[in-house]
Amino acid sequence: MSRLSSTDTPVTEAADGDEAEVVETDEAREALLAKIEGELGDAVVGSHLAPGDDLWVRVDRSAWAATGAYLKNGLGFQYFNFLSGIDWKPSPFGRDMDAQVDLTLGHDEASEIDMSIQPGVAGGETRFQVFARVNDIVNGLGVTVKVDLPDDDLSVASWVSVYAGANWHERECWEMYGISFEGHPGLRHIYLPAGFEGNPLRKDYPLLARRLKPWPGIVDVEQMPDDDEEENVS
Amino acid sequence: MTAISDREQLSYIAAQAADARVNVEIETEGMTLNIGPQHPATHGTLRIVAKLDGEQVIAADPIMGYMHRGYEKLAEVRTYPQVTTLINRIDWVGSFANEVPFILAAEKLMEVEAPPRAAWIRTILFEMSRIANIALFLGDMGLQVGAVTPAFFAFRDREHVLNQIEAATGGRFHPNFDRIGGLKDDLPAGWIAETKRAMKKMRNFCDEIEGLLQGNEIFEARCRGIGVIPADVGLSYGLSGANIRASGVDWDTRRDNPNGLVHNELDWKVWTHPDGDSFARFWVRLQEVRESTKMVDQLCDGLPGGPVMAKVPRIIKVPAGEAYVETENPLGVMGYYVVSKGDLTPYRVKIRSASFNNISITPWLLKGVYVPDIVTILGSLYFILGDIDR
Repeated sequence: MSRLSSTDTPVTEAADGDEAEVVETDEAREALLAKIEGELGDAVVGSHLAPGDDLWVRVDRSAWAATGAYLKNGLGFQYFNFLSGIDWKPSPFGRDMDAQVDLTLGHDEASEIDMSIQPGVAGGETRFQVFARVNDIVNGLGVTVKVDLPDDDLSVASWVSVYAGANWHERECWEMYGISFEGHPGLRHIYLPAGFEGNPLRKDYPLLARRLKPWPGIVDVEQMPDDDEEENVS
Repeated sequence: MTAISDREQLSYIAAQAADARVNVEIETEGMTLNIGPQHPATHGTLRIVAKLDGEQVIAADPIMGYMHRGYEKLAEVRTYPQVTTLINRIDWVGSFANEVPFILAAEKLMEVEAPPRAAWIRTILFEMSRIANIALFLGDMGLQVGAVTPAFFAFRDREHVLNQIEAATGGRFHPNFDRIGGLKDDLPAGWIAETKRAMKKMRNFCDEIEGLLQGNEIFEARCRGIGVIPADVGLSYGLSGANIRASGVDWDTRRDNPNGLVHNELDWKVWTHPDGDSFARFWVRLQEVRESTKMVDQLCDGLPGGPVMAKVPRIIKVPAGEAYVETENPLGVMGYYVVSKGDLTPYRVKIRSASFNNISITPWLLKGVYVPDIVTILGSLYFILGDIDR
């Protein structure tokens, strides 16, 4: 029992039989993946299925618009959730902006910067990826779609004609990563002032706040309940 | 005095007026109306540049970024427990609800599950954030269309909920109470009874608001049929929460994908409205507050005992992977796409905030409406600027 347990609730054992057994197969998502692969063929270059949880599909850049159209019109994924980008190349600044106290807390191996690109779920071959998520609210399914973008041509087809809501998300992605969307009705800055230089969410864009004033780091960590002083040093 | 009879005079005026009307339709100079950035209807600093033709909007372009704080970038240089401090400030009137999906995403990657008591208290505070947040809307919606009294009622009665949130967490607006693996503390003594009293007061508040606004001739005239969003358009713009339920879409993440919260163990109802207009959005939110107070009552009654914190390492390193968790926040669906590389800090956090999607429909929705309706529509869509700008 916790030290700080409330006095006005009876302490009952949490004997909740809610331990859902691990779902090993996920027929709905497997069928969905099969349909996407059947429609797009070789354009599906990677996928990852977490049973009972989520689905990732990575498609070829040439099939990006077709993927959106098929998801919406063919499969009934009417709900546009979000679209964004990711920069897989780690920051060249490494952790030198972090406080010394962090570096000593079991993070010595990061002193040399690993600049290799390690792709995430469903793979990837390039530094930049665009990913979007759409939902089928009738069947309660969501799918995250990714696309690789080569460094020398950071552009991909726009989804605005399929999902109207992609408009602002693509503007944000263009502004933050410098990825352009072909067929977008007006790629303008959305958050940053017009004429802003640079793409802030790229990993090689330095965070000046950290440069000017180093972060104090993980200091003054509060006590966890039932945590003894001896265990604190890990 | 010239001898013009009243009848002649009236017909002359009518002819002049008819000419003027024709002129309006044929050649009017377009006018650009700047609304904001500081306007009470914008809950922060949203600016809307509206091109007008007479009284009608022909194009509206929301301009934001006045409060862009770059949380996605900042989150990349903070440890997981430090990130909750930032994300508290996304939707500042329902702060606790912001923490929940991020913590759940981190827990999902770490394969940690909060103890039952923590999950229940989380759900209580989650619903109380909703009540505090939407109570503000209910008062504010009246204010937008000229009824001042509901706003005072809202600010008065919201305190009952905020006091309880403060009593449990120490913060009225920025609780920063959720932890990976559970909660910072258990509830203080006497909190449950006091909360149930507060819920009763909030139900009274809902009745008061209903009595003041619903059926009020002015309120109905200014809200009914204004800003109608068809369900398919709303879905393709990614509208969520009460905004899409007011268009007749029966979809609530709390029921359909509870993600570690305990809504499925409660007896409650998802309210929808077929009309899709401003009134429907108001009505759905009003019912939601009532439903939430009932949920909190049930949660207080059934609160299990036990610890509020699972065993988690002191220095939290989240295993490599990607997880997306969304919850039904007061403003709509809020989700965090967390990419981890097994580090102390997240590699990338994509914040999918509800208001950004909700407000992205405004260029479509404001086309063709009359100027006074802009405020009604913005008010009824209900957004918080921090939730748009992030």
